[in-house]
Amino acid sequence: MTTTTQTEVIRPPESPGLWKWIRENLFSNWINGLLTVISLIVIYWVVTTSVRWVFFAADWSPVLTNPLLYLVGQYPREELWRLGASLAMVSLLLGVSWRKWGGVMRTFAYMYALFMLIGAFWPAQGETLTMPMRIFFLVNILVTLAGYFLARVAAIRSAYILGAWTASAVISLILLSGVEALNLLPKVTTGLWGGLLVTLILAIGGITISFPIGVLLALGRRSSLPVLSVISTILIEVVRGVPLIGILTLFSIILPLFLPPEMRIDRLLRALVGMTIFSAAYMAENVRGGLAAVPDGQIEAAKAVGLNGFQITTLIVLPQALRAVIPPIVGQFISLFKDTTLAAGIAVLELLSVGRSILQANPEYIGLQTEVYIFIAAVFWIFSYLMSYASRRLELALGVGER
Amino acid sequence: MNDQNGNHKPIIVCKDVHKWYGDFHALKGIDMEVKKGEVIVIFGPSGSGKSTFIRTLNRLEEHQRGQIIIDGIELSHDVRNIEKIRMEAGMVFQQFNLFPHMTVIQNVTLAPMRVRKWPKAKAEEIGMELLERVGIPEQAQKYPANLSGGQQQRVAIARALAMQPKIMLFDEPTSALDPEMIKEVLDVMIELAESGMTMLVVTHEMGFARSVSDRMFFFDEGQIVESGTPQDIFHNPQEDRTKLFLSQILTH
Repeated sequence: MTTTTQTEVIRPPESPGLWKWIRENLFSNWINGLLTVISLIVIYWVVTTSVRWVFFAADWSPVLTNPLLYLVGQYPREELWRLGASLAMVSLLLGVSWRKWGGVMRTFAYMYALFMLIGAFWPAQGETLTMPMRIFFLVNILVTLAGYFLARVAAIRSAYILGAWTASAVISLILLSGVEALNLLPKVTTGLWGGLLVTLILAIGGITISFPIGVLLALGRRSSLPVLSVISTILIEVVRGVPLIGILTLFSIILPLFLPPEMRIDRLLRALVGMTIFSAAYMAENVRGGLAAVPDGQIEAAKAVGLNGFQITTLIVLPQALRAVIPPIVGQFISLFKDTTLAAGIAVLELLSVGRSILQANPEYIGLQTEVYIFIAAVFWIFSYLMSYASRRLELALGVGER
Repeated sequence: MNDQNGNHKPIIVCKDVHKWYGDFHALKGIDMEVKKGEVIVIFGPSGSGKSTFIRTLNRLEEHQRGQIIIDGIELSHDVRNIEKIRMEAGMVFQQFNLFPHMTVIQNVTLAPMRVRKWPKAKAEEIGMELLERVGIPEQAQKYPANLSGGQQQRVAIARALAMQPKIMLFDEPTSALDPEMIKEVLDVMIELAESGMTMLVVTHEMGFARSVSDRMFFFDEGQIVESGTPQDIFHNPQEDRTKLFLSQILTH
């Protein structure tokens, strides 16, 4: 094609080479150059010191020696098969969810497999993971894959998968605590549960129960019925005005006063209820922010097409409100997860208190607090980061149709 | 109430409709009767109560005195009556108000499926027919945010029509649009008017009023100052306020 007019093709500027980039950004003048050099020295010093400490100076034996204590606390070792059964259910459902939803679930499945590998090859000394346990960890990876292929062969509806997750949570709790009447499943008091198991039960239970309660409280607070809105507001404000550790102790001391002496509420359950109520109040305020962000025009349009109040709330308002507040909601989930450590205050043996009791019970570990607490911090960080990552993926996935 | 009489029987009757916002008297006794198939244009300065009035017709605003009877049903506090009337009166808003978390076709099929309880297949079939009628069937799977203003407003019209209403209320449907998109929306409204739909349109599009409307109502300070055919209003306005307003919007 020849054209009479000369049109110059305008290209975006070439991206600069590495050396040019370094010169322009790190050594553009002598102050920047000096700062770059100093920063490099500091980074080098921090990295080498940390690496040297982690791999040579630190004594990881309190962490490496007691993997089962960190995982399950004092849960009777001969009853561990129940935990295994629960874990297998999780593996299967995770595989199914991975195939069904991909995205975040794929990442979770990879991380899960990684955890299982770490478990299988844990360089344990002392009270070791037995060979069957290690093999069982590896089998779980296969079960996850089996779930993946199962979902590939058979189309399973999302509602069924969600139902199966709920059912598996209930079955797991029954399995873990046992049924008094059955010989096969003797009762295991929650006083023996501990470690990561308890931390995860508190966190997952707290999150899944506090979320719907928080949504209802937020709707209640905005309700046009005065009774509902006053009750919701009082509940939210009272709970938000009290520190979590206060709520937990209150539940421990006050609840028994109202109940007959022979009826003792389980300590773990008390912690769970306390955390749920606390988290629900904060959740309610987050959701309320989202509700306020939905324009009035949306509600008017929904009314104009004839939807009733319930339909407007569930189909129009909540989907938009919740999407707007994913970041603060996940932030709330993460802080709830970390706040599980406060349950130690009412003698629930979650992960942190297990670490502390390991240190206290063994005189040979004196001076090794750093190793234990860094390990526990790392575990908390991994789970918190996974949640934060899931939140970002969810925002992206739901970002379609943003105004 | 046979067919012949039905055509003469008004589908909208308003008698002495009043509305206050606190102490502000927004509507001061509106009387209006609209017959089936009529196209009514309501115009007037901002704050004259024209939007408030059209919004009382499907109870987005509550009137405090007088009577509003739509298709034989009186608007009152009875929620069932309100829901019935909202099924019969579709509404199109200035700001479109599409549901941003739903695709175009989901926007259109939502109410028929949830309110009229149509099966999904039927709702989608009729929804696609409507999207074709407003000229954007190819956008069915997109989200509103990916559409131009004119396209969004046409989806909003399709969404209102999907409930198969007897009346369509338009509240300044082209005021939020860029100039080049006004025509595509007006064309849809003209086609709708020609199909015999009863329409109440709050608008300043005087070209549309002149060529399509049967009667025009001039609102000022919460009252109907003057009404008549476009011929009367444009060529022989009786009231000074009408003349002044028309001169203001028609000179440039």
